[in-house]
Amino acid sequence: MSAEPDGPEGRLRRFATIWSRAVYPVTSTAATRPEFEERLLPVARRLSEALRARSFDAEAGRAAGAALVEAHCTDPEALGRTLDCVDAYLVLYCGDDGDRETLRTRSARLQHAMAAGFAQALRERTLAEQEAIAKAALEAQGVVAQALHATETRFRAVFEGAAIGIGIADLEGSILQVNGALSRMFGLTEQALLGRNVKDWTHPDDAPQTWRLYEELVSGEREHYHVEKAFHRPDGTVLWTNLTVSLLRDADGEPQYQLALMEDTTERRLLNLRLRYEATHDALTGLPNRTFFFERLEKALAARPGRRFGLCYLDLDGFKTVNDSLGHAAGDRLLVEVADRLQSCATAPGEMVARLGGDEFVALTTGPDTRRTVDELAGRIMNALLAPISIDGRELTVRGSIGIVEGPAGERSAAEVLRSADITMYRAKAAGGNRFELADPEADARAITRHGLTTALPTALDRGEFFIEYQPLVHLGDGSVRGAEALVRWLHPQHGVLSPDRFIPLAEHTGLIVPLGRWVLEQSVRQAREWRDANGGDALGPLRINVNLSPCQLTHPGLVQDTVEILERTGVAPDALCLEVTESALIGADDDLLKPLRRLAEMGVDIALDDFGTGYSNLANLRRLPVSVLKLDRSFTQSMQQFPADPVDLKIVEGIVSLAHSLDLAVTVEGVETGAQAEQLRILGCDTAQGWYYARPGPPERLHELALVDATG
Amino acid sequence: MERPAWAPRSIDITVPSVSRMYDYYLGGSHNFEVDREAARRAMEFMPGLPKVMQSNRAFMRRAVRYAVAEGVTQFLDIGSGIPTFGNVHEVAQEADPEARVMYVDHDPVAVAHSKVVLEGNDRADVLAADLRKPREILGSDEVGRLIDLNRPVALLLVAILHFVEEADDPYGAVAELREALAPGSMLVLTHATYEGIPLPPERAEGAVDVYRDMRNPLIMRTRDEIARFFEGYDMVEPGLVPMPRWRPDTAPEDEDPYAFSGLAGVGRTA
Repeated sequence: MSAEPDGPEGRLRRFATIWSRAVYPVTSTAATRPEFEERLLPVARRLSEALRARSFDAEAGRAAGAALVEAHCTDPEALGRTLDCVDAYLVLYCGDDGDRETLRTRSARLQHAMAAGFAQALRERTLAEQEAIAKAALEAQGVVAQALHATETRFRAVFEGAAIGIGIADLEGSILQVNGALSRMFGLTEQALLGRNVKDWTHPDDAPQTWRLYEELVSGEREHYHVEKAFHRPDGTVLWTNLTVSLLRDADGEPQYQLALMEDTTERRLLNLRLRYEATHDALTGLPNRTFFFERLEKALAARPGRRFGLCYLDLDGFKTVNDSLGHAAGDRLLVEVADRLQSCATAPGEMVARLGGDEFVALTTGPDTRRTVDELAGRIMNALLAPISIDGRELTVRGSIGIVEGPAGERSAAEVLRSADITMYRAKAAGGNRFELADPEADARAITRHGLTTALPTALDRGEFFIEYQPLVHLGDGSVRGAEALVRWLHPQHGVLSPDRFIPLAEHTGLIVPLGRWVLEQSVRQAREWRDANGGDALGPLRINVNLSPCQLTHPGLVQDTVEILERTGVAPDALCLEVTESALIGADDDLLKPLRRLAEMGVDIALDDFGTGYSNLANLRRLPVSVLKLDRSFTQSMQQFPADPVDLKIVEGIVSLAHSLDLAVTVEGVETGAQAEQLRILGCDTAQGWYYARPGPPERLHELALVDATG
Repeated sequence: MERPAWAPRSIDITVPSVSRMYDYYLGGSHNFEVDREAARRAMEFMPGLPKVMQSNRAFMRRAVRYAVAEGVTQFLDIGSGIPTFGNVHEVAQEADPEARVMYVDHDPVAVAHSKVVLEGNDRADVLAADLRKPREILGSDEVGRLIDLNRPVALLLVAILHFVEEADDPYGAVAELREALAPGSMLVLTHATYEGIPLPPERAEGAVDVYRDMRNPLIMRTRDEIARFFEGYDMVEPGLVPMPRWRPDTAPEDEDPYAFSGLAGVGRTA
């Protein structure tokens, strides 16, 4: 086909160009205008041919209309512009030289057909596209729905299979959905749970903030909260949970639901309670233990002003004997029985009984009127112990000593209160036991001093706070001073002069007795040397020195060596020294214990058996002991202060003296206070005596003076 | 079947969709009344919107042909929307029958429709995924089957990035895709901007508001911001320009003024 500008082909192309230019601006095609023109060219050719065909067929017009739609000219404006263009230029460029009137008629008919073809094609295209997009939407819905279903199924499985309880409620608290775990926790079916209101699930153990947090959540002020919460179960048991509640909001952020996740902690809690119980209770008796008691006591002491507390501190009298004689199993059973009885004494609210350890128990009462209640409590305890306890067929009588402390809360610490009770209990015990005593600040202070003394003892020796007094030993035959007993004293910076019974037990307890004893020995022996030097060659021989040995020193391995060294260093002869040992320290003593004494005796040191007559006074045993002096206890001399003296006592003393002499033992009596006593004892054959009748213990100078008086008198 | 991350909780065809609106601008009927209503509202402010879309399509056509001519025959078209006419696979496969095209869209309706359109074409496929999660696109079975990531790919981000807000890190997504594609790959991009719109900005903002009200905001970026998407790419001549000025086939002066609303560019990695 030629494209001569003026040839038919050229004219056709010009028509197509005009047409494409008219329509292109209103098309949506991505093609360029020249490309678009290429698409229109065949359509224009068909129109041109239809215009000039021998027999007219409007189908070309329809096809052209449809072709426009095909070329994405879907805008009605494209049809309008097309028709304008066809009307104006088709006959002009494509009509050749045919009959104008016929051509115009044909053009009009073609335009009608084009409009119809365009409309039909557009309608079909629109319908097809609408159907396609609807189908696509439906399909997409299906895909999403399927996916959602899968997600929901999976979520459902998670929800149902979860080990933690999950529940959803609306903001009014009405339960909408629960999972199996939650149903099982509550012991209720899902049906029974649905529709119930969470606000009904209050429990006495709810923490104070629990329901405030709830209100904040449902009102949208809080996104979630976490509490430990208890619930009632229909079977009457309690369900404990770790509860997390979250607020669920809709897409617009409006609060919609509340989601509860709960973990059943009942078992764990029970275990914790059990562990706590075990940690706070005594395994033997089941009573609260020291830990628990201290917690309660501290609580009672921290109570608001106006509240008071009362405490009974009980220690069984002679429990050690039961343990020693009947064995620990029996002792344990005794404690269990005592615990049961004590438990029944403290049943009122605010009362508790605990075992502190060993045979020590405490009972606590709290309230406004503990002055009265603690007294009653102590009375009940004493009563409860009255009936004998049957162990292994034996009826054991149990007695106890109680120290009572009563007072207002908020003044003292638990430790202070307990110490006061302990001290008071010892006071009751010291008073003979089987009684209760009320704490008294003065007595406390004394006992507290004991504690203070114990801690001050070690430095006291270094600081030279100890000194020695001497009490003369007088020969009953001629009244001459033969020696003295060294008695250690403590000049305490605060408490003044303390006698040995105040601190020797403490020193024994702490072990300080060994260095202290050595110091006393050394000082005394040195004193003996001074007296000897001062007296020159006295006719009656050197003054002897008596020094007490405590049981601790007796077993100390350095005893013999220390003594020898001291004697050698001071140049004092062993026979100027007498070591006093209590009878009780030697009870049941075996050869190992006696060996050092025996060695000392062999060297010439006298050994005196002190306090003879207070213990078992095993006379047969005397033979075995390396003693050379018996010191009769003051209890014998006390009975002789009366006049006339008890003839039985006289006989006993006479018998002991006679026995002692037959064993070649000298007899010394203590506690001589009157001349009559002294005379009586002389008649009974006692060798030496000491006591206030002669002199009280005093400084070494006084003894020297007495001795000089003797010598000159 | 697992619910893909992209899938909405439900298909709500009472909410306008940008891809169906796009179809409507282009004279299609793959749309519902809500889409048409929204599109008409936007057109009240910018009557020439159809021309903008047409211009986008025309640019894409030229760019695809350019890519094939440069030897890049794999196409990854993200945000492909409703396939109507002059689609990437038509243009690409017309230029090279072996060309492969992977369409990606997160509109399930668009995806379902694309599936129908692409039926029987074993060198073109569609994937439901989101530009904001490039890893899901790159790691998908569909991409694995169709695209050889060891060879250059032309990545088409035509009229999509202006729908990704800063919060969703569009630059990060583009960079991640660049990293994943073989050297010699191309980025074909158009983006909305106030520059070049033949209207006072207030008028254009009216159209922007329509999209914002649809909760599908249109993010108008500046030229510099758009240029940043090409970080790591060498710009192909003539660079980032109004759409009709990118390697035109016909004189740009003949184009409708609205056609210049939006910047286009092609970049290539070394």
